[in-house]
Amino acid sequence: MAEPKGFNVKKQHGFTTIAVLCFLLLYTPIILLVLYSFNAGTSIAIWEGFSWRWYISTWGNEQVKEAALLSLWLAIVSSAVATSVAVLAALATTRRAPYKGQTVVFAIINQPLMVPEIVTAVALLIFFALIKNYTGYTGGAYLFIAHSAFCVPFAYMPIRARLQGMDLTLEQAASDLYGTPLRVFRKVTLPLLWPGILAGAMLAFVISLDDVVITEFVKAAGQDTLPTYMLGQLRRVVTPEVNAISTVLLAISVTMVIVYFILNQRKN
Amino acid sequence: MIEIDSVSKVFGSGATAFTALNDVSVTIRENEFFTLLGPSGCGKTTLLRTIAGFNAPSSGSVRLDGEDLVALPPYKRPVNTVFQNYALFPHMTVAENIGFGLDMLNRPKSEIKATVAEMLELVQMTPMADRRTSEISGGQQQRVALARALAPRPKVLLLDEPLSALDYKLRKGMQVELKRLQNETGITFVFVTHDQEEALSMSDRIAVMSNSRILQVGSPHDIYDHPAERFVAEFIGETNFLTGKIAGQEGETLRVALDVGGEIIARQPPGDPAGQAVTVAVRPEHAHFCAPDSAEATVTGEVSNVVYLGTDTHFHLVLSDGTPFALRLQNTPERAADAKLGDRVGIRVAPGVAQVLRD
Ligand SMILES: Nc1ncnc2c1ncn2[C@@H]1O[C@H](COP(=O)(O)OP(=O)(O)OP(=O)(O)O)[C@@H](O)[C@H]1O
Ligand SMILES: [Mg+2]
Repeated sequence: MAEPKGFNVKKQHGFTTIAVLCFLLLYTPIILLVLYSFNAGTSIAIWEGFSWRWYISTWGNEQVKEAALLSLWLAIVSSAVATSVAVLAALATTRRAPYKGQTVVFAIINQPLMVPEIVTAVALLIFFALIKNYTGYTGGAYLFIAHSAFCVPFAYMPIRARLQGMDLTLEQAASDLYGTPLRVFRKVTLPLLWPGILAGAMLAFVISLDDVVITEFVKAAGQDTLPTYMLGQLRRVVTPEVNAISTVLLAISVTMVIVYFILNQRKN
Repeated sequence: MIEIDSVSKVFGSGATAFTALNDVSVTIRENEFFTLLGPSGCGKTTLLRTIAGFNAPSSGSVRLDGEDLVALPPYKRPVNTVFQNYALFPHMTVAENIGFGLDMLNRPKSEIKATVAEMLELVQMTPMADRRTSEISGGQQQRVALARALAPRPKVLLLDEPLSALDYKLRKGMQVELKRLQNETGITFVFVTHDQEEALSMSDRIAVMSNSRILQVGSPHDIYDHPAERFVAEFIGETNFLTGKIAGQEGETLRVALDVGGEIIARQPPGDPAGQAVTVAVRPEHAHFCAPDSAEATVTGEVSNVVYLGTDTHFHLVLSDGTPFALRLQNTPERAADAKLGDRVGIRVAPGVAQVLRD
């Protein structure tokens, strides 16, 4: 058999070397971070043997517990809100004939992906300061509002992709068979959209869990999520406790990705 | 009874506007197997979707048993569709697919179960009731789509080229089955196809469409033997075209003086022929051999090719002015007159068999 013609990146000299280098660069720091979370000593640079010490001390740390709870709560609420909004936005932008200003609407929905995060953060800070000024409310809800908003495009992307790949005649067939628009949505669109919704929600969840910049600007006094708590710790004394928290966050993210793949696999 | 009255459909607007239906009027009778036949892009699907309610006509009206359908959304029309790509719900089993319409109509569970069982029986899919739709073959999917559309007992069933994805043998089988289902259920079938043979063999009546218009409506016999326009004659079966001038009228028939010489008595088209100069359509199997230049010969020609086809023999002739002419004879044992390559032959067309075309 003749070699297929054309450019094949895998056949280039040094391809393997570069690939291995990239993977090393990506994963060595993470592997080290996980490794040092089990360090018996107090240093994050000198290995002194294996222990669960930092996990135990983290578990006992009230501040960490509080931050973790807020992080989880925040991620759950904001991913739920963002996903609901994203489903509606995706339906509105795909279930209709092409229209003028399509690109603009798309850009507006995806604003948080395009505007630098620090700009969004500052803008939110100023905007919320204004509201605080008029209403006097300075509580923790601002954080939830901010997270819900910037998670929308992350939830929107996979849902939109799924909707675009969905055969329109299925919904027409359902309405032809006496399904009212609401029941067509419940019985046909939603079940078929489910993998996309799940993917969107998980992405939004992880993005919210992970956010530092916007959270740092918007959070109320004394309010801390895990990432902002860690940032605060790093400014003072760095202990492997930070590694332990990071490892747990990592574990959560990886688990979500695996669960998502398993769910998707079973659908097909 | 479906009355489609002056329906037009324009897609887009301005420079990109496209007229997919141009002033279409037709009445489809109760319990009829009605076929829309035409080449790709002529507007068959658009007309079907207008009846189903997936697109609103730009003008004109659609009535079912006197009730105006245009204002009703698809889910309020007693009309079901078998989609070209079946559109079965992939997240449901075969039985759930078939029961979907009844479920949407809020029928009691027991009734749904009974009807689904009956439908499964009807399309011979009972053993596969609990399969996913992705786990059955194309022909089986087609039958499920049919059962799903029939289960709610619609007044009208719309079928958009439902057999086009099937192989020849399966298609033949399904044609018989569809016809049987239509007889048994008494439901009006509106069937779309671009296969003329399928249309001729299955339909009570056929509407031939071209370029967003309906050209002719009639029984298969009507359409085949008495095409009103050149397009219809050309699209369905093989036809010879002879030009001439009208020389006189005798009741239902016209006497036409042919340009090649000789006269032919042919049926008048519906409506008035456009002028003196007309085209006459003659089917190859409606012509016979006779002695050249004899009194009974309509025209005279020379055999340029003979093709043996088993049941028939196909003769290619050239008339005296060079016009090609095809003649087809059945190969019966008692067939007498025959012709060989290069023979000079007379061609006889019985009076009233040929058809004068409208254009
Ligand atoms: N939504 C639409 N927007 C613009 N043009 C359309 C639309 N739907 C159909 N058309 C055009 O209308 C014409 C008729 O389409 P239609 O689908 O009715 O053809 P058809 O007779 O069913 O053809 P086929 O045998 O290929 O299915 C085509 O030229 C098509 O391009
Ligand atoms: Mg079509």
